[in-house]
Amino acid sequence: MEIYDLAADGLRGLNASLHALKGTTNQTAWQVKNPKGAHAIAAGIDAPIDVTVLGSTGYYCAGMNKQATVRIKGSAGPGVAENMMSGTVIIDGDASQYAGATGRGGLLVIKGNASSRCGISMKGIEIVVHGNIGHMSAFMAQSGSLVVLGDAGEALGDSLYEARLFVRGSVKSLGADCIEKEMRPEHIALLADLLKRGEADHLARPEEFRRYGSARKLYTFNIDNAAAY
Amino acid sequence: MTDFPRPPPRYSATFTPAVNAEIRRAAATGIYDIRGGGTKRHLPHFDDLLFLGASISRYPLEGYREKCATDVWLGTRFAKKPIHLEIPITIAGMSFGALSGPAKEALGRGASAAGTSTTTGDGGMTEEERGHSKTLVYQYLPSRYGMNPDDLRRADAIEIVVGQGAKPGGGGMLLGQKISDRVANMRNLPKGIDQRSACRHPDWTGPDDLEIKIMELREITDWEKPIYVKIGGARPYYDTALAVKAGADVVVLDGMQGGTAATQDVFIEHVGMPILACIPQAVKALQDLGMHRKVQLIVSGGIRSGADVAKAMALGADAVAIGTAALIALGDNDPKWEEEYQKLGTTADAYDDWHEGRDPAGITTQDPELSARFDPVLGGRRLKNYLKVMTLEAQTIARACGKNHLHNLEPEDLCSLTIEAAAMAGVPLAGTNWIPGRNGGF
Repeated sequence: MEIYDLAADGLRGLNASLHALKGTTNQTAWQVKNPKGAHAIAAGIDAPIDVTVLGSTGYYCAGMNKQATVRIKGSAGPGVAENMMSGTVIIDGDASQYAGATGRGGLLVIKGNASSRCGISMKGIEIVVHGNIGHMSAFMAQSGSLVVLGDAGEALGDSLYEARLFVRGSVKSLGADCIEKEMRPEHIALLADLLKRGEADHLARPEEFRRYGSARKLYTFNIDNAAAY
Repeated sequence: MTDFPRPPPRYSATFTPAVNAEIRRAAATGIYDIRGGGTKRHLPHFDDLLFLGASISRYPLEGYREKCATDVWLGTRFAKKPIHLEIPITIAGMSFGALSGPAKEALGRGASAAGTSTTTGDGGMTEEERGHSKTLVYQYLPSRYGMNPDDLRRADAIEIVVGQGAKPGGGGMLLGQKISDRVANMRNLPKGIDQRSACRHPDWTGPDDLEIKIMELREITDWEKPIYVKIGGARPYYDTALAVKAGADVVVLDGMQGGTAATQDVFIEHVGMPILACIPQAVKALQDLGMHRKVQLIVSGGIRSGADVAKAMALGADAVAIGTAALIALGDNDPKWEEEYQKLGTTADAYDDWHEGRDPAGITTQDPELSARFDPVLGGRRLKNYLKVMTLEAQTIARACGKNHLHNLEPEDLCSLTIEAAAMAGVPLAGTNWIPGRNGGF
């Protein structure tokens, strides 16, 4: 176990050390002490390692992550796991705005609540939120899955493309071109897998969720749809 | 009927035939006009400035013998690996999607041969342009299409796009005709949709967030890459100051003459400011912060010749960027395709329906047959020639002003032909010492 004291040794040293890990390194387990809300902790990793941050993080923790598993033993600031490519990010607490923004792959698990714009412009990432999510979540979401065990705020899935949204609780309102869709057996199977990997299968059953997706009415510009915005 | 001389028909200056035609078009279609390119209206521009040249009070340099350097360093503020270009004329961001793969290749070939950089665009990095661009700037846009850390690291610089001169406050647009399989795959979108990008970045808002975003990108790339911030010409004093405050190495400032692949005509023609009015404000912001020449300023929007380059640099820019002019150098709007332009209801030098993907020159299209018309090797050679000519022209003017480096050109080398240009550019009206709004007078 590599233990890194962020307060003592600084962010640059941490990220430089993590970036230096390539391929099959033996330094597979890291602990980051004293994060104290610092930004860009463990951003840009590209190695199959396990990093545990002992506390809360600032903006963009695990940004653009590839391969690594990053665990946050606290809450995460804005843009956690933004543009993640692969790997896993698990947050014990809450996540601020833009969690998983533009993520292209990997799994983001938020055991608390997520603020507004969770999964904005997501491009393939899978996000499992144990609690609630804020307004404008999955705005312009292109692909991937967003699973919410709690409630969703206003304008869920506004201008949605092909991302799949599953909400167990209430949805305050749907955004432009986002509609409720039928839950078919393949969606139940997908949800079961996501709940398991999102450490939530003991909290909810797939049958309790509703599915939302794009009505695809705004895919091509039509003046008759102008009032949708 | 009384026989008397009848006056000729008189057109309204307000309801011109062009205005009326647009009203009829709007009434018939119910949709606003979308097109490519930049503003077509007449604006105060570099043509309204002249160089004074040297005489007794200033000595010229020998036009063919004495050295006049043209190189520029970009990203010297924080980046471990700043960029060194042989000429201060860069190629602006234009996406694969908006342009064909061979056109992107040609931009890389031409720019590299001339010793300058190219820039990606709103669609990710292609192998064509990375492979053929010695120095490649990777745009970081609100859409984040194709964004990934590997391309960030193999770029030579990163340009965070906040705005664009053709549409400050607007996002990108790529209509369905150009969303081919490859474009759709790169952008992770369904094929054939009308793609309208967001105008705001998804994970930051405002200058304080931007500072953190820049820090994150530096961390991901281990502080190697210069980070540019591109702004549209709207409030250049404050936007430049805020970009500097946020930690930019380079500010890219795009005036309203700058082109776009596609957006609403009303946006192109009615939002933003001409580049002439933008440069002095940006330079003043840098000077007020003590950062002029420390944070480099690249300006764009209607740069066409070496004279424009020299004038922009005399006003304080470190370099310029060209987009529309580069496409024309490649062969866009060439009269040799006139017959086909006529079939599209337009004419050479006026064709701007780039969003429709039917460019006869094979440049602003994803159609394989049209793209095949364009030879990237020849196109690259043409662009290199054009860049070299612009550089020679700028050197000619600089030497005449007694300058041994293009960066030594200064506002004192200029005068203005019009009151408007004098006020905007901050250089005196020709034959006077009058700068409206500055030194007395009005």
